[in-house]
Amino acid sequence: MFPAPFEYLAVRSVEEAIDALARHGYDAKVIAGGQSLLPMMKLRVAAPSVLVDLNRVEGLSGWQEDAQGLRIGATTRHAALERARPLAERYPLILATAPWIADPLVRNRGTMAGSLAHADPAADWGAAFLALRGQVEVQGPQGTRSIGADDFFVDIFTTSLAADEIITAVRLPRPVGHPEATYLKLERKVGDFAVVGVALNLEVDPEGRVAQAGIGLAAVGPKPLRAPQAEAALIGQRLSFNLAREVAALAAEAADPTSDQRGSAAFKRDMVRVFVQRGLESLRQRIEGRQPASA
Amino acid sequence: MALEVTEARPLGKPIKRKEDARLVRGQGRYLDDIALPGMLYLALVRSPYAHARIKRIDTSRAKALPGVHLVLTGEDLAAKNLAWMPTLAGDKQMVLAVGKVLFQYQEVAAVVAESRALAEDAANLVEVEYEPLPVVVDPFYALEPEAPILREDRDPPSNRIFHWEVGDREATEEALRRSAVVVKERIRMPRVHPAPLEPCGCIADYQRATGKLTWYVTSQAPHAHRTVLSLVSGLPEHKIHVISPDVGGGFGNKVPVFPGYVCAIVASIGLGRPVKWVETRTENLTSTNFARDYHMEVEIGATEDGRVTALKVFTIADHGAFDAAADPTRFPAGLFSIVTGSYDFPTAFAEVDGVYTNKAPGGVAYRCSFRVTEASFLIERAMNSLALRLNLDPAELRLRNFIPPEKFPYRSPLGWTYDSGDYAATLKRAMEIIDYPALRREQAERRARGELMGIGVSTFTEIVGAGPSHTFDILGIKMFDSCEIRVHPTGKVIARLGTRHQGQGHETTFAQVIAEELGLTTDDVIVEEGDTDTAPYGLGTYASRSTPTAGAAAAVAARRVRDKARKIAAHLLEVAEEDVDWDGQRFHPVGAPARSVGMAEVALAAYTNLPPGMEPGLEASVYYDPPNLTFPNGAYICVVDIDRGTGQVHVRRFVAVDDCGTVINPMVVEGQIHGGLTEGFAIAFLQEIAFDDTGNCLAPNFMEYLVPTAVETPRWETDRTVTPSPHHPIGAKGVGESPNVGSPAAFANAVIDALAPLGVTHLDIPLYPWKVWEVLRQHGITE
Ligand SMILES: Cc1cc2nc3c(=O)[nH]c(=O)nc-3n(C[C@H](O)[C@H](O)[C@H](O)COP(=O)(O)OP(=O)(O)OC[C@H]3O[C@@H](n4cnc5c(N)ncnc54)[C@H](O)[C@@H]3O)c2cc1C
Repeated sequence: MFPAPFEYLAVRSVEEAIDALARHGYDAKVIAGGQSLLPMMKLRVAAPSVLVDLNRVEGLSGWQEDAQGLRIGATTRHAALERARPLAERYPLILATAPWIADPLVRNRGTMAGSLAHADPAADWGAAFLALRGQVEVQGPQGTRSIGADDFFVDIFTTSLAADEIITAVRLPRPVGHPEATYLKLERKVGDFAVVGVALNLEVDPEGRVAQAGIGLAAVGPKPLRAPQAEAALIGQRLSFNLAREVAALAAEAADPTSDQRGSAAFKRDMVRVFVQRGLESLRQRIEGRQPASA
Repeated sequence: MALEVTEARPLGKPIKRKEDARLVRGQGRYLDDIALPGMLYLALVRSPYAHARIKRIDTSRAKALPGVHLVLTGEDLAAKNLAWMPTLAGDKQMVLAVGKVLFQYQEVAAVVAESRALAEDAANLVEVEYEPLPVVVDPFYALEPEAPILREDRDPPSNRIFHWEVGDREATEEALRRSAVVVKERIRMPRVHPAPLEPCGCIADYQRATGKLTWYVTSQAPHAHRTVLSLVSGLPEHKIHVISPDVGGGFGNKVPVFPGYVCAIVASIGLGRPVKWVETRTENLTSTNFARDYHMEVEIGATEDGRVTALKVFTIADHGAFDAAADPTRFPAGLFSIVTGSYDFPTAFAEVDGVYTNKAPGGVAYRCSFRVTEASFLIERAMNSLALRLNLDPAELRLRNFIPPEKFPYRSPLGWTYDSGDYAATLKRAMEIIDYPALRREQAERRARGELMGIGVSTFTEIVGAGPSHTFDILGIKMFDSCEIRVHPTGKVIARLGTRHQGQGHETTFAQVIAEELGLTTDDVIVEEGDTDTAPYGLGTYASRSTPTAGAAAAVAARRVRDKARKIAAHLLEVAEEDVDWDGQRFHPVGAPARSVGMAEVALAAYTNLPPGMEPGLEASVYYDPPNLTFPNGAYICVVDIDRGTGQVHVRRFVAVDDCGTVINPMVVEGQIHGGLTEGFAIAFLQEIAFDDTGNCLAPNFMEYLVPTAVETPRWETDRTVTPSPHHPIGAKGVGESPNVGSPAAFANAVIDALAPLGVTHLDIPLYPWKVWEVLRQHGITE
């Protein structure tokens, strides 16, 4: 299990990295945590002849909050987000999702930007990113741009990034109400990729009504999916058992799973339903726990 | 510093494992830790097709790569008459494919280069042109007349490898016809893999100057491997030195000889340099020996009041492309005839058809003495179905049918003589620990609330310790085992055995056996295994045979040493030999315990102050041919809760009461039980080496072949009863495999029990959530 021979460039700046990508074209790949790229290279499914390592680029690591929202640098590890207690108040989905990714060893190396760029339809961040309506900040030879979540994933392992573009950060908008979130995942064993993953993010107004809803789905389509109709059904509503059932059914319709070793399409679709219902039910209890009973 | 273990009379005590001091510090020496000067590395080119004709192999680009020393193909080996090798099951297997390939990942060419990475690069440059052939994946289809014949080398041409049967067919069919109740079930035990943490590998080091081959190999049976190697290669046996260093798990995976081994040896002889070959995880899972893949049909008869009357079993055994099982030669289906289990069947009949398919060859005895797991799973599942049909509690059905203690030694209808057991006592102990009646009450309450709770019972009987020479051999070599004990002048002991442990704790447990017999502590005894130049000949460690065979040899050898020691003690104590007493630690004159000598003083005298005419030295060597096998048993009870929404099964409790006769070290036994139950759990819920219609292996790595971690492993509760083996020198039976043999049925029975109100009597393992979910939704159960 050794990768094919490759050249290794430890670049010091984003510009240098983009230069290298521009020079080597499709033969080059950036490497962040290496937790998706290296396994593929060892299996020789991927054989880039040049690796451009982002890990020594100053300023790419860590997260900052500002008035617009949260900015997560490209080399910020899953583990750093898992432990980012200050985000619990405004970005609870980050903390809810991170512990479900792989195992501690992988989380110590892997990055959110790398996970998004890799675009595995089963990735947990993909679902959370959609639910949060995030954006990626991208830099290329032509300068910088930003791509919204709904435009980012194109197909299995395919994004709208150009070969010579780099994600410099992931941006998440500041919540409009009080956020409550949960991530539910069916895995065959700990550290397994999702059989089905559901990211739920609700932003609730002071009256306990849903002002913003995000439902992201992992492993039930050729790319991470959002469930827009299910989200729409929540807007302006107070959560109830019946509403959760209705929304869960809509979310299940948004899923587009295929049958494989992990279960039939019907099973996976039903898991979306079960998880959305369970997730909304747990969020309802949390929201009601915070609200005066009469409100 | 090794742990000091100075406790006197160590037998039966939970002494910490001597080997752990080195292993937990990372100071074990495994195969891949060994690097010899000038060593080269071998990588294999493998087939992407499950069945294809080889049109052309072009090795020129690989050979041209700087640093590549050798490229071998099947044709090269054929020129040396080495393209095929014998399997331990009496079939033959291609070393490197000649003419065609028969399974995906089959070995097609070997490349030897300066580094492992370079060898892999070069392997990628070997060009092979294939012409795909129709693939046979389903073993039932393999026996259909229209199925393509896979093994053109066989005469007569057929995909049937063997037909084997045992018992009285007519009497069994007649008894079934007369039975008030007959239950039929089709039960599959899927293909799984032992997947030891350390994969297989070897270093062949042939020295041209001496003509000697040193072969380092992760082997459970180094002596047998040396003999096979000598027969295959023509190298004289005394010029082959096999060293099996620390072995990182075997579970049956390291009994056979693999093509990579032969290639490394051929390369080393050809190049005069050491050559290392170590499998990747994918190579391990896809090519070196799966287990199980038994497709069974059972009919069990009973009276209205639940007394079993007859058992009939028909099995298709999928062996893959070559029958590379490592069963004793006269047992193509291993000891599957233990299938009547713990129950007093008046009559029984079993037949097994071995079949070729386009899958990896096997199947090895994965932590099971040759198809015993399959047999136990079948009978324990069948008893569950019978209990359902009779509307009897599954524990009660078992209690009504156990072979009673007074019937031992018990002759089973399929020919085994069970040595000892008190099955009801073992089951009752398990029922008491788990409070079985309370569980059934709780289950009734939960069912009334619509909850899915299940209780599974498995009361298995194992058959281990192959085996007596009148019945057991591998390629003619009788399945005895051996121990040689040398007591040095200061009373310190080195003992060498023909077995090779892989985590079972022999360095501790056999030291306990010997120290107990000699009045020493385990610290006084070093146990060595795995080096054919120093250890006496033996057939190795698998099939839970080490304690029944080599462990017995250790006790007998120690007693022989003690017999001589007694004579020397008489000389030192100046009394007649008959007047010497042994109190378990020291010799003293009868009736005069104040005056005594211990083994250290005797040992010194053996080299310095002997009775006149006695030969110096204090040692013994014993080859132990067991009079019978040993029959451990156990009662396992499992409690599960099923998630109505997802079909996930949660194992809430698992009680395992084992009876392995005399216990040498309860902590080591408990460790064995924990490990085996964890494997059984994986087999029941997580693991299958599955294939698609074109023979692609669907579980070629640990992303798809799931090994449980501490997170999903249930908490095990263990206990034991002790029914010593009457024929073993210290009354011990094997134990390593019991939990793997007995537990899969307990898990499956628990899940079926939870679903039984829906009319479910059977589901094939592994019990993935989606399978359970399908049953729930079919019956309108949802969340
Ligand atoms: C055993 C194991 C289990 C796993 N289980 C899970 C799981 O349960 N859930 C889950 O979501 N993930 C799982 N993963 C994947 C893991 O989360 C990876 O960390 C992640 O997918 C990739 O992040 P990375 O930083 O390691 O990216 P890398 O492997 O370094 O790169 C991945 C791809 O993204 C590109 N890339 C990386 N960074 C950038 C960037 N800044 N700009 C542009 N392109 C970039 C690379 O060129 C490459 O194509 C698992 C991985 C392993 C090894």
